[in-house]
Amino acid sequence: MKTTSRVYTALIMIFLYAPIAVLIFFSFNSSKSNAVFESFSLRWYKELFNDTQILQALKNTLIIAGLSALISTVLGTAAAVGIDMYRKKWQKSVVLTVTNFPMMNPDIVTGVSMMLLFVFASKLLNINGILGFWTILIAHITFNLPYVILSVLPKLRQTDPHLAEAAMDLGCTPVKAFFKVVLPAIRPGIVTGMIMAFTLSLDDFIISNFTTETFQTLPLQIYSMTKKHVTPSINALSTLIFATILLLLILSNVTQSRAESKLNKEIREGKKQKRGNN
Amino acid sequence: MKNNNSAKTQSEKKRSLSGILLSSPYLVWSVIFIVAPLFFVVYYAFTDRNGNFTFDNISKLGDYTGIFIHSIWIGLISTVICLVIAYPMAYIMARSGARRQKTLMMLVMLPMWMNLLIRTYSWMTLLQDTGIINNLISAIGLPRIHMIDTSFAVVVGMVYNFFPYMILPIYSVMSKIDNNLVEAAQDLGCNKLNVFRKVLFPLSLPGVVSGITMVFVPSVSTFYIAGKLGGPSNLLIGDVVETQFKASNNYNLGSAISLVLMVLILICMAVMNKFADDDTNMIV
Amino acid sequence: MKKIFFDGRKSLVKRLVALTLTAMAVVSCMAFSVSADYTQDFDWRKYEGTTINVYNWGEYIPDGAEGSFDLNKAFTELTGIEVNYAMYDDNETMYSKISNGGVSFDVVIPSDYMVERMISEGLLQKLDFNNIPNYKYIADRYKNLPYDPENAYSVPYAAGMVGIIYNTKMVEGTPDSWSIMWDENYSGKILQFRNSRDAFLTAQVLIADQKGVELDTYVNTNDTALLDEAAAKLEEQRPLVQSYVMDEVYNKMESGEAAVAAYYTGDYLSMKDVNDDLSIVYPKEGTNLFVDAACIPTCARNKEAAELYINFLLEPDVALEIAEFLYYQTPHTAVLENDEYSLKDNKEIYPDNMDEIKTVTYRHQSSETLDYVGKLWDDVRQSGNNYTTIFICFAVAIVVIVVAVIVSKQQKKKRNNYD
Repeated sequence: MKTTSRVYTALIMIFLYAPIAVLIFFSFNSSKSNAVFESFSLRWYKELFNDTQILQALKNTLIIAGLSALISTVLGTAAAVGIDMYRKKWQKSVVLTVTNFPMMNPDIVTGVSMMLLFVFASKLLNINGILGFWTILIAHITFNLPYVILSVLPKLRQTDPHLAEAAMDLGCTPVKAFFKVVLPAIRPGIVTGMIMAFTLSLDDFIISNFTTETFQTLPLQIYSMTKKHVTPSINALSTLIFATILLLLILSNVTQSRAESKLNKEIREGKKQKRGNN
Repeated sequence: MKNNNSAKTQSEKKRSLSGILLSSPYLVWSVIFIVAPLFFVVYYAFTDRNGNFTFDNISKLGDYTGIFIHSIWIGLISTVICLVIAYPMAYIMARSGARRQKTLMMLVMLPMWMNLLIRTYSWMTLLQDTGIINNLISAIGLPRIHMIDTSFAVVVGMVYNFFPYMILPIYSVMSKIDNNLVEAAQDLGCNKLNVFRKVLFPLSLPGVVSGITMVFVPSVSTFYIAGKLGGPSNLLIGDVVETQFKASNNYNLGSAISLVLMVLILICMAVMNKFADDDTNMIV
Repeated sequence: MKKIFFDGRKSLVKRLVALTLTAMAVVSCMAFSVSADYTQDFDWRKYEGTTINVYNWGEYIPDGAEGSFDLNKAFTELTGIEVNYAMYDDNETMYSKISNGGVSFDVVIPSDYMVERMISEGLLQKLDFNNIPNYKYIADRYKNLPYDPENAYSVPYAAGMVGIIYNTKMVEGTPDSWSIMWDENYSGKILQFRNSRDAFLTAQVLIADQKGVELDTYVNTNDTALLDEAAAKLEEQRPLVQSYVMDEVYNKMESGEAAVAAYYTGDYLSMKDVNDDLSIVYPKEGTNLFVDAACIPTCARNKEAAELYINFLLEPDVALEIAEFLYYQTPHTAVLENDEYSLKDNKEIYPDNMDEIKTVTYRHQSSETLDYVGKLWDDVRQSGNNYTTIFICFAVAIVVIVVAVIVSKQQKKKRNNYD
C-alpha cells in the first residue's frame, strides 16, 4: 500500500510540476522564446532586478492577495458558521446560491459589472476617479468569499453541533465555546479556504483589469505584454518565487524533523537514565 | 414534556438568530457586491444598446446552443477526471503524518502561484506536435501523438488548473475522519471496496460536493485555456462572452449569454445537490 | 540545541537577503543610464511637481531593461513630473474604462480606429500643438489619416502593417498573396487571427483584389452583403486552420509548429530573433496599415503636462529609443534618417516598395456592424463543428444521472422499510 501511494503521489507531482519545469527551464533561455531553447543565460534574471515596474507590481500583488485573503477568510468563516446555524432550509439554499454567483459568471462579466457598480457609486457620492486600491481590494474579497465559505462549510457539517452545546452547558460563554471548541475543529477548512483565496487573488487578471486605475498588479502587467512578447523575466520571477517557497518548505521540514528526532532522543535518554537510576 | 419542547424551540430560535447575526456582515457584503452588480447584468440582458426593453438578446441565444452544451460537457468531463484523480491523492494526504500533510498541501498549491498565462504557454510547449512530450515519445521510437488543438488538450488544461480546488476540500474533510470507524467496519467484515463505499465515501461527501462545485462552476465559464490549447473547434462559452464584451462591444448580448449560463449552471448544481442530499440523509 | 539551529536558519535567511541585495546592487550598477540630448530652447520644467497618469499597451515603452533607456524615469528627471504608468492589453478594455468614467488618465495610446471612435464620442481633447513643437518630425505619410483627418487629436506613436509570416523551410518559394492562407497544401499549418477585425481583413483584401475594387470599400464596410462574402471566405478556410491565435503565434511560429501566419510587422522581427527560418511578405493584394497614436482623454486632470509628455515622446533621441525597443515602424522622420537607428536599412519592416504597397487603415465601424461581424465570426468558428456526438453523450450522461438518483432513492426506501 505504501509503495502504491508513493507512486501515485509521484505521478501527481509529475503532472503538477511538468509545466513548472518547462517554465523554469525557459527562464534560463538566452532568447525571448518560450518554445525554442537557444543557450543558457542569466539575462532574464538581470533584467528582472532592473525592472522596477515588475517588482512594484509584485509588491502590489502581494498586498492585495494578502489583505483580501485575510478579510475574506474572516468574513467567510463567520458567514459559514452562521449559515450552518440556519434553521430554515430555504434560507440556507438562497444564501448558498448567491454565494455561487461570483464563480458562475465569466470573469469579464463580474469585472465589468463591478466596474459599473463602482462608477455608479462614484456618481452618487460625487467622487472623481473612484477606481484604485480600494475597489480592486473589494473586488478580490468578493470573488474570494465563495471559496472560503465552500471550504469551511463541509468541516462544519462534519463537526457535531452538540459539542458547542456541551461546552456551553459546562459553563462556557457562546463566544468562548466557539473559540475553544468549534474553531479548532474547523481549522483545516479555514486554512484551506485562506490558501485558495490567496491563490485566486494572486492570479486574477480580468476582474482586476476592470476595477483599478494606476494600481497595477503583476497579472495586469503580464497580460498587457501579450500585445508584444511576454518577457521571460516573468519566468525568472516565477522561478525565484518557486525556489524561495521550496527552500522555506525544506528548511521548515528539516528543523521540525530535527526537533522531533531530538525530542525522541531526549525521551529515549530520559528513559535510559530512569532505568539507570533504577 | 411540553416545557422541555418549548425550551428546545426557544434555544433553536436563538441559534438561528445568532446564525443570522454571524452571517450578517457577509449578507450585507453579498447584497452590495454580488447581488447589486447582478442587476446590471440583468438590465443589459433585457435591453438593447439604447436602453430599450427587448427580448432580442435572449432569443439570439438559440444560435449558441451547441457552444453551451459543448462548454458544459467539457466542464463535466474535467470535473469528473479531477475528482477521480484528486480523491486518492486527498486520501493519501489525509493519512500521512502531520508534517507531510502540510508539505503536500503546499506542493499541490504551489504551481497555481505561477501565472496562468505562463503555465498555459508551458502546456503548449509540452503538448505540441514538435513539443517536449512528442519529442520524448519519438525518441523511444513510438509514433508522435497529436494532442495540441484538441478537446483532450483543453481537458488537460482545465484539470490542471482546477485540480487543487478539488483536492483541498476533500482533504480537509478526510483529515478528520475517525480511523476507528474504518477499522470498525473492517472488523465487522467489510472488504476494502465496501469500506470505501459504505464508510469513507459517505463521510467525505461534504468535501466532494464542495470540490465539485469549486471545479465545475468556474470551469464552464472559464476562458483562455480553450483558446490557447483547443484549436479551431473548441470555442467555449467563456470565450464567446469575452469577445462580446471586448471586440464586439456588445454588453447586452454578453450579459444575456452569461445570464443563461448562470441558469444552466444553477440547474446542474440543483441536480447535484439533490443527489448529494439524498446520500447524506442516507448516512444520517 | 534547538536554539542554535534556529540561529543558524536566521543567519541563512540573512545571508540570502544580503546576497540578493548585492546582486541587485551589482546589476543596477551595470545598468548605467543612457544619456540623451533634449531640445534646449524649450521650458521642460514648467510643470515641475505635478503628476500625470499614463495608460499604454504593455511592453510599449523602453523601460530600462538591460541597461537601456528608461523613458519614464528620464522624463521625470528632465521635467520633475511624476508618471503613474498603467498598462492595458487591448483597445476595448481601455475604451470601456474611460467611457464609463471612474478613471482619469492624462495620456492614452489607442489604435487608429479607436482614436476615431473616441473622437466621435467626445472622449478626447484637442491638442495644443504650441506645446508639442516636436510634431514637426512626423512623416507626411502618417498625417491626415482618415481616423483624425485634421490631426487635431492625436500624435502617431508607432505604426506597422499586417504581413504574412512564413517558415522558409516549410513553404515552397516566396508567397506574395493572401491566397497562401487558403492553400490546401498547408492544411493544419495555417494560423489565422483570433480577433475578428484582422481575420476579416485577410479575406476582405483578397476579395477586393479579385473584384478589382478599392480595399476601403470592403475593409471598412457596413454593408452586410459584403461582410457575408468575407465570412463565407473565412468559413472556407476554417478546415485548413491549425488554430486561431493571438500571442500564441510566437510559440507556434518559433517552434515550427505552423508554417504560415498573418501577424504584425514588429512582432515578426522578435520571432525571427528566435527562428531564423522565418520570413515576411506584404501581399500584393494590399494590407492593413495600423497606427497607434498618443491622445489626451477628456478625463485628463493635467493636460499641459500631458502635452509635455507627448512632446517628450517625439524628442529625436527618445523616439529613437522607442523605435529600437518596439521594432515597429516609426513615424518619426529624424529617426528614419538617423544612422544610429539599427533598423534603418531593414528591408523587412521598411520594404523598398513601401509606397507601392496598397494599404488601408481601419475605421471605426457602427455598433450594428460590430454586432453583425461578431455574430458572423462566432458562426465561422462554430462552422463544421459537429455537436451531435456531444449532444448524445450529454443525453446519455443525463439519463445515467437520473437512473442513479432513482435507484439510490429506491434503495433508501427499501432500507427504511427494513428499519
